[in-house]
Amino acid sequence: MGKEADTVVKKAVKNHGGDATCLLDIIRDVQDAMGCVSDEAVLQIARQLGISTTDVEGVVTFYHFFSKKPVGKYSVYLNNSAVAVMKGRAAVAKAFEQGARCKFGSVSSDGVIGLFDTSCIGMNDQEPAAIINGAVFTNLTPEKAKDLVEAMKAGKDVNKMVKDLGDGQNQSALVKSMVNNNIQKKGQVLFAPFEGGSALKKAVSMNPAGVIDEMKKSNLRGRGGAGFPAGMKWSFCRDAAGKKKYVICNADEGEPGTFKDRVILTELPHMLFEGMALAGYAIGSDEGILYLRAEYAYLKDYLENVLAGLRKKKMLGKDAGGKKGFSFDISIKLGAGAYVCGEESALIESAEGKRGAPRNRPPFPAQYGYMGKPTIVNNVETYCTATRIILEGGEWYAKMGTAQSKGTKLLSVSGDCKKPGIYEVEFGMTIQTLLEECDGRPAVAVQVGGPSGNCVGKKDFGRRICFDDLATGGSIIVIGSNTDLLEVVHNFMDFFVEESCGWCVPCRAGNVILRNKLEKIMHGNGTMADLKELEDWCLIVKSMSRCGLGQTSPNPIYTTLKNFRELYEAKVKKDVEYSTEFDLAAAVEDSCKYAGRKPQLGEHS
Amino acid sequence: MSKPVVATASLAGCFGCHMSILDIDDRILQLIELVEFNKSPVDDIKKFTKQCDIGIIEGGCCNSENVENLKEFRKHCKILISLGECAIMGGLPAMRNGIPVEECLKEAYLDCPTVDDKIIPNDDELPMILDRVYPLHEIVKIDYYLPGCPPRADLIWEALVALLTGKELNLPYEVVKFD
Repeated sequence: MGKEADTVVKKAVKNHGGDATCLLDIIRDVQDAMGCVSDEAVLQIARQLGISTTDVEGVVTFYHFFSKKPVGKYSVYLNNSAVAVMKGRAAVAKAFEQGARCKFGSVSSDGVIGLFDTSCIGMNDQEPAAIINGAVFTNLTPEKAKDLVEAMKAGKDVNKMVKDLGDGQNQSALVKSMVNNNIQKKGQVLFAPFEGGSALKKAVSMNPAGVIDEMKKSNLRGRGGAGFPAGMKWSFCRDAAGKKKYVICNADEGEPGTFKDRVILTELPHMLFEGMALAGYAIGSDEGILYLRAEYAYLKDYLENVLAGLRKKKMLGKDAGGKKGFSFDISIKLGAGAYVCGEESALIESAEGKRGAPRNRPPFPAQYGYMGKPTIVNNVETYCTATRIILEGGEWYAKMGTAQSKGTKLLSVSGDCKKPGIYEVEFGMTIQTLLEECDGRPAVAVQVGGPSGNCVGKKDFGRRICFDDLATGGSIIVIGSNTDLLEVVHNFMDFFVEESCGWCVPCRAGNVILRNKLEKIMHGNGTMADLKELEDWCLIVKSMSRCGLGQTSPNPIYTTLKNFRELYEAKVKKDVEYSTEFDLAAAVEDSCKYAGRKPQLGEHS
Repeated sequence: MSKPVVATASLAGCFGCHMSILDIDDRILQLIELVEFNKSPVDDIKKFTKQCDIGIIEGGCCNSENVENLKEFRKHCKILISLGECAIMGGLPAMRNGIPVEECLKEAYLDCPTVDDKIIPNDDELPMILDRVYPLHEIVKIDYYLPGCPPRADLIWEALVALLTGKELNLPYEVVKFD
């Protein structure tokens, strides 16, 4: 065992040039080769990279897809997002458990199949879905789960288990995935025809400041959710001191319900990479990094191939886009399963091979980013949009949308609607219009912007999707009358408890407290005082947390308390001052069992 | 006029909060003038002999006896106060909350190198261990919380005087914040 770890680690470290910033890649190689990252492997990695075992252990235990215990020859990661639950996840999970003869969170006794829950994998339009050894399986049913278990038991290659391929580039030789794009509505910015190379060539014919000017004219705001003006970010970075600068693309869309970047990466990678290259030209950078979430690792070879093609066409590399003296190339870094890495400073930490804990800001990445150098981090959709803006002009772009939100937005629509998928719509569309387009009319609630966004009810369906009103990074979850909204809220809180990085107390402990309080109310043991406390805790966590995760994680509760207060009030006891969830019989059950005694539950003193 | 009656108890705590009560020093003489003590380690009265006005509890609940005791206090006291970190949040004993109770028992009674008779105590007279350590307010209604580990003597004194005299409590930042 020790010898094996030694050999495997040596190979992994060598493959990545002994570079500690590639720690995630090294750990991934070890995990793939050995099925887990054992104590011995941790020790070896630390020794060979010359870093502490704590650093290695810290990274291994931080990311969802790394494990110190064996995860099975086949590891099934079944999405547990709220929409997966709506679409019948429970029955699929049961079928997996019955077939594999083990519970979720464990590995079958023969070590063949490991079953694990996982946070949203970006397949909300085709749930229930699972990732098995990197391959994605969508629209699962109990029958399909049963077949998959049989195939795993028979030792079949996971890629051969994929039967029907999805549409578009999902069929390409390097993807071969059953994932479907589900593009429901094409708009003028992203899905209009695009001639590869045209935008970069145009950009390099301008001067870099001119490129930034066009971006500023367009008023493009970042598409990840926060909505910071992209042109401003670029100019800050351009003006920052230092020769070495980085362009990072955030392809770590982890907000439950969003999957638009998946479709862009599949269908419009040229547009994305061109956007990164022209951003590099604008800020004076020669190096771009695509930080790709581990859930989309099935696209990596395909994307590498696209990059190779661009190098061949001289759109990347030396004299990129035909511009003498401008050199720019892009590499891909894989994540390893952590929602918080969607936060730009956490993403940078992760790209440097560390735990994805957000940094203190300021300094902002534009001054102090990747490897301490000025860096811009933008969303996949932002770069693609930049490509179109350079082609058509900032003014053209700014004619679309609303006062504060120019242009179009890709929406990832899922949940209780007949036409889930991707919609490119002009900013300012009302919820009602969107519901009509996606055929989700019996909706009682719509979750705009994912769990960290806003849950709105019917009275607000006239509100508009834009930064001026209901902001969203793209996730739209339709909730129909057959879905228990409080269950959805609970699912979202589970998600935040799982995904909190644990650095700051308000987020680490506060989300647990919020979830427990919510459970108390859902169990019928809540009082009006609990309701008040629930609201107070929301405000504490929102105002005291260190990064955007904790600042928004109470939103599922906070916004439903506002918009659906009656659901909570129907559950609480109104005539009692205090109510407890404590159950003595349940609390002593385990200890009595283990000590071999019969619980004495009668009152005696 | 009869004096208000006070009762105190230490559950899953270390008695540090009670030590802090004693840290009011000579003000204890004034306290005796102001109140009468009932069930409390201070006077060693083991059982409630009457209804009380104020109950002060240190420590959380780690076993069934703590729970019974706490419920007795709730029954006999008009006002119940959580005193200190353990009562309010479980404190140090709650360090075990992330570990399954089986593992805790195994470590303490079977695998511990200093244990000779390797048996998990199971006499019916012993309190039953709870699955985790609970803060008091999760089991009964608590009226007031006095934070600290231990809460400062001044805070305890000020709080008692405020309760007894009906005056507003003076809470300077340094008395209740510990960061």
